[in-house]
Amino acid sequence: MGMQFYTSPEQIMRDRAEYARKNISRGRNVVALSCADGVLFVAENVSSALHKLYELYDRIGFAAVGRYNEFENLRTAGVRMADLRGYSYDRRDVNAASLAKAYAQTLGAIFSEQTKPFEVEICVAGVGVDAQADELYRLTFDGSINDEPGYLAMGGQAEQLVEVLREGHDFEASLSDAFALALRALSSGGENGSQRELTTDVLEVAMLERARPGRAFRRIKGAALEALMSSLTAGESEESQTPESGSDTAES
Amino acid sequence: MQVAPEMLPGRRPLPPGDFAQISAHATTIVALKTAEGVVMAGDRRATMGNYISSRDIEKVFPADGYSLIGIAGTAGLGIELVKLYQLELEHYEKIEGESLTLNGKANRLATMLRGNLGIALQGLAVVPLLAGYDEDATDLSQAGKIYSFDVVGGIYEERDFDSIGSGSIFAKSALKKRFQRGLSSAEAVKVAVESLYDAADDDSATGGPDPTRDLYPVVMTATAEGSKRVDEAEVADVAREIIASRTENPYG
Repeated sequence: MGMQFYTSPEQIMRDRAEYARKNISRGRNVVALSCADGVLFVAENVSSALHKLYELYDRIGFAAVGRYNEFENLRTAGVRMADLRGYSYDRRDVNAASLAKAYAQTLGAIFSEQTKPFEVEICVAGVGVDAQADELYRLTFDGSINDEPGYLAMGGQAEQLVEVLREGHDFEASLSDAFALALRALSSGGENGSQRELTTDVLEVAMLERARPGRAFRRIKGAALEALMSSLTAGESEESQTPESGSDTAES
Repeated sequence: MQVAPEMLPGRRPLPPGDFAQISAHATTIVALKTAEGVVMAGDRRATMGNYISSRDIEKVFPADGYSLIGIAGTAGLGIELVKLYQLELEHYEKIEGESLTLNGKANRLATMLRGNLGIALQGLAVVPLLAGYDEDATDLSQAGKIYSFDVVGGIYEERDFDSIGSGSIFAKSALKKRFQRGLSSAEAVKVAVESLYDAADDDSATGGPDPTRDLYPVVMTATAEGSKRVDEAEVADVAREIIASRTENPYG
């Protein structure tokens, strides 16, 4: 029988955390932020079939970065829990906080008991009656749960992105202003803080619409996304318009 | 030695159960195809034997975004069936990312009914009527579909219209005279409410429009725009028109 080398628990945990962190940091970014119209999610995602943003329940959304099969597992478990709870009690008895806590327990248990932690970071967001009442929870691979103040970013360049969000975030912003901020944050995630150009075909956008009764989750895609994007470029060119540049800049 | 095991209490056939007096029974539902999809309507009465147990029960529900379900028979079981069915459709949609096909929805409902067969044979039968807008239809004028069921889980796709419940024979006779292919939703709402008027005229378990209490049938439509309830004020107007015309000519 081979000799087992002693490894301290601290070392094991550190190795696992480093392993997870390294793999998550390779992923593309996701931002979620609360605005006047609801909670907006914007993800950088080249696939149009494998989503990163999902509906969990009437007023609750889910966003994830990292390994697809792992967060898909977590998502289906969340949908199952939410649906079962809503059926057993009442639809209003399903809330974002209890789902986030269940995720924290699952992730925590996997982190400490399995050889390999989940290489994911997830967000559970609930839309409230007003922007102040929105809930945004960020859960990391080790089961830590963070109650975020109106905005969050996940993925490789999360820290850079959060800086941009912190400066620009406003609870009273409209959907298009919030989208502009999200896009600015995602674009800032280039190498060494350089700006990148993001087009609609690499964006996945969804929102929990505050005013919509019942199931509030809605994907913004196709024509709706193009319209949102063009409202943005129109707004930008208006701002950048100088008296001598005239209306021809609107095309840029 | 003579033995007579058939005389033991456990071997005696049970007397037929009469549950009419102990559980509320929901009565008449009608559904008809229109140019835009389908219309479904249900009266508001529930009975326990000769006793009217409810004047304002609702027996027509949206099954999901594009389909409607109405129930006749034991109300408690029927409403529970609807709740579970709605949950299943929503759960499938959230897990898979797209909803079941309309045929798939009908098959699922049939399986649920088959599971209820034992209790149905004991006298607590519940029979639903499913109607929906088929998003996969190539010809939009053929997108409306109606499925009827029996307690053993048989599915029958209907050509033009159908009705279930104790007043269904009278409602169907009225529909036979009034129905035309390619009616608009607004016209079909009138036909549906009128057929329920005729059902209430001849069936004591079906409730007619009740202007003194301001209670009118529940009417819903499923079209390309999704499933939605027809505004109560609109149904009230239609019902008042029918009452007025029947006051002139009681035989329609």
